Amino acid sequence: MSETVKQDHAVIGKSVPKIDGREKVTGAARYTADLKFPNMLFGKILTSPFAHARIISIDTSEAEKIPGVRAVITHKDAPTLKYGISPARWDENIFCIDTVKFVGDKVAAVACIDEQTCYKALAAIKVEYEELPAVLDPLHATDEDQPQIHPEFVRNINAEIHQDFGDVEAAFKDAHYVRTDTFVGNRTYQTPIEPHTATSMWDGEKLTVYSSTQSPHYFQYYIAREFGLPMGDVRVLKTYVGGGFGGKLEPTGLEFGGAILAKITGRPVKMFYDRAEMFAHNRGRHRQYMTITSGVDKDGKILGVHADFVMDGGAYTSLGIATAYYAGAMLTLTYEFDNFRFDMLRVYTNLPACGAQRGHGAPQPRYAFEAHLDNIAKDLDIDPMDIRILNARRPNTTTPNEFLVNSCEMKACLEKAREISGWDEKKGNLPKGRGIGVATGSFVSGAGYPIYRTDLPHAAAMIKVGEDGTAATLYTGATDIGQGSDTVLCQMAAEAMGYTYEQMKIVAADTETTPHDFGAYASRQTLMSGAAVKQAGEEVKAQMLEIAAEMLDFPAVDLDIREGKVFSPGNASVTLTFEEVARHFFVNRGPLVGKGSYTPPKLGGKFKGAAVGTSPAYSFAAQVSEVEIDEETGEINVLDVWDVHDCGTVINPALLEAQVHGALFMGLGESIWEEVKFDDKGRILNPNLSEYRIPTAVDMPVVHSALVDSYEPAGPWGVKEVGEGATLPTMGCFRNAIFDAMGVSINSLPLGYEKVWRALKERREEGPAE
Amino acid sequence: METIDDTRKTTAGPKPKRYVIDLTVNGDPRTVVVKGNALLVNVLRDELDLTGTKKGCELGDCGSCTVLLDGIPVDACLVLALEADGCDIVTIEGVAAHGELDRLQATFVDKAAVQCGYCTPGMILSAKALLTKNPHPTEPEIRAAIAGNLCRCTGYVNIVKAIAAAAEIETAATESGEAR
Ligand code: FES
Ligand code: FES
Repeated sequence: MSETVKQDHAVIGKSVPKIDGREKVTGAARYTADLKFPNMLFGKILTSPFAHARIISIDTSEAEKIPGVRAVITHKDAPTLKYGISPARWDENIFCIDTVKFVGDKVAAVACIDEQTCYKALAAIKVEYEELPAVLDPLHATDEDQPQIHPEFVRNINAEIHQDFGDVEAAFKDAHYVRTDTFVGNRTYQTPIEPHTATSMWDGEKLTVYSSTQSPHYFQYYIAREFGLPMGDVRVLKTYVGGGFGGKLEPTGLEFGGAILAKITGRPVKMFYDRAEMFAHNRGRHRQYMTITSGVDKDGKILGVHADFVMDGGAYTSLGIATAYYAGAMLTLTYEFDNFRFDMLRVYTNLPACGAQRGHGAPQPRYAFEAHLDNIAKDLDIDPMDIRILNARRPNTTTPNEFLVNSCEMKACLEKAREISGWDEKKGNLPKGRGIGVATGSFVSGAGYPIYRTDLPHAAAMIKVGEDGTAATLYTGATDIGQGSDTVLCQMAAEAMGYTYEQMKIVAADTETTPHDFGAYASRQTLMSGAAVKQAGEEVKAQMLEIAAEMLDFPAVDLDIREGKVFSPGNASVTLTFEEVARHFFVNRGPLVGKGSYTPPKLGGKFKGAAVGTSPAYSFAAQVSEVEIDEETGEINVLDVWDVHDCGTVINPALLEAQVHGALFMGLGESIWEEVKFDDKGRILNPNLSEYRIPTAVDMPVVHSALVDSYEPAGPWGVKEVGEGATLPTMGCFRNAIFDAMGVSINSLPLGYEKVWRALKERREEGPAE
Repeated sequence: METIDDTRKTTAGPKPKRYVIDLTVNGDPRTVVVKGNALLVNVLRDELDLTGTKKGCELGDCGSCTVLLDGIPVDACLVLALEADGCDIVTIEGVAAHGELDRLQATFVDKAAVQCGYCTPGMILSAKALLTKNPHPTEPEIRAAIAGNLCRCTGYVNIVKAIAAAAEIETAATESGEAR
């Protein structure tokens, strides 16, 4: 493989401890809810108890009389400009005006001297509703007789996609075998352990918002837009964020409502969701209904694919337009085929809005496709591993939807997974009740285009070296929500400067002090923010070398800096410390500062929706899992998982592996247990952490993770993503292992013990098979 | 326990009773005046400014608010402050002594067991209680001890490794990272 892989790095490629590790293990790390400001009030939002209803009247007078209530607001106090994160469909109001559209929709808000008074005040607000029929079944949302949720979106169609590449019909005609399968996904929720919180305060006309956000920039942009403020008068910053996974990417009623309450009261207002409110706000994974047809030749080579999907968007768009495109777009990555058709309907329902959850729209379609491919392999009597290796994408190829793939070790990932899992020994030879399955996944390393149209660079960074050179501070808008970007970016800064990681400090994710960056989504920061940081570090290094050359009276081109030492590779006697040179620089030239920015190249085709799924680079992964099924109960016990990743150059192996564990674990939960359930009134049945079942420490299988060598030319030092890609193969992988173990196909998520049990029962009743 | 009986009437009826309670928190003697319904987690966070104790659900489901009450790990969101009167409480802020990380804290950093860190205080305290009682637990014992502490970031793999490392035991089942 590439020569560059063997580069000798001083700081990157090492598992340095996290820069914020100490603060987090001692309890010193402050999250938004831990911040207190003088004179601070507490705020809560009153939400709709109905899935669909007309608001007849709102009477806040009783609430206002309660001692300790400082403000009660409704839509009358808020801008009526609609907002949303997808510019194509701004469809939310800060507070509902005419109708409420799901159980949990925002109706009013209060600011009070303490939390208890908030609940009293909320209970005292009288809202008269006229209940309307609700759309609860996405598959019937577009029927003529269904109520209309948003007047401007006829038949509740939020987005309709038809993409056609190559000639799918001809491919099916030429195919040796064509098969159609239908699968159904589940509504899941990101479930970060930290609830959303935002504390807003005004200083004259300037608004400051501390928020548990994945992207201070998008918050700043949308808050400024909503209130008609210059962006410079809106400061958004985060402290520590307790996980996001896509759920904290867009501003909520906490920021919008909090800003209004803070303005009216002239005091800081802390707004927060409790766990049930988090579930209601949602923005979690869309449930997709997925029909896939593929044609293959007699060896199993895929000739064409038609994906025909419907997704339940809930009451608002959120990031769902992108989700809808991602659902199909990402299907073309792991296997090569030329003919692809993608049809999608994203429909509105009177349920909580869905958005971007780890892997965005891709994991459920990936599950469907991997399951479908195993069905084909079985019909044609081909080993599931072989059919994947046969079709695996190669490097330097272009997908039918015009994604340029540079580095790609899909085949190597599969081969390594085959080897380390003992696939060949196990396949067909496992004891009764045990099975082994394989699946693949691929994800973007940052979106090729920002969420709203702008020519701002995607990332920028600044490094300031202290006057005596003993410390350097990286200023970056990149947002560490737990994944470790602060650490990784400091490693990259130190590497580029020739400095040490231990001397790095960081200021991140504050729209006022740090340079612009779009934040944490679409697995973008290692590649994109990293590219900006590298450039900033190199600029520091170049200035250091220039002045060191003067100090030493030695040509700059013959000097280098590494781990805090300035030296000449050819002359051991020539040496200075980083500190000496930096101090000399400061004394003679002023602050030593480096800056960098990153804009991806123009990517993608010209067709409608071509931008979604474009990226400078794609990660690839293969997973194999071994499961054991209890035939009596249907219980699914995942024994081992082998994950093999192609994620380019690794900056911090320990953190990378930790990302794989986390992604896998999230995939495990979604595969087997997790599902947000509703009653026939659109109310969530399980909005808590005991009935919405995320995996606990006793559920985790043994995880074996491995990497294959790869180098991504589009990324700084050859990097690409890992955090989301590892979620993708998991669901299909488990489904396929169950299929191998028991011969039954579970065609909906979560796979669930009961579904396995029912499938086994059904098969028994049909009489002996195979 | 001393009760502050306030007979003055408010518009909402008689004023609720207040109670004076004594706690030892991380070795510090503390006296606080609370309402009968005050939760320990809120007293720690809001009155004593010990915000290292987190709230993830306030229903006893997530374990983020775990503290040691007379050495026993409890969900502080399920404990009335009144019940803790006279008790010895350890929060995450009391785990490191004199600025030196406790062994568990050090292994959590070392083994990359911390991502967002929100579950970390509760995790460490549950682990601490385990190792105090059972210095050399088996891996299933470790997993059982933290089963009430939810983490959404790590998949628990490195957390189990960190606890095992602090206890100096081998955990075959967490072996991973055959990187390259
Ligand atoms: S906050 Fe106490 S258990 Fe979740
Ligand atoms: S590290 Fe984020 S919840 Fe555990």
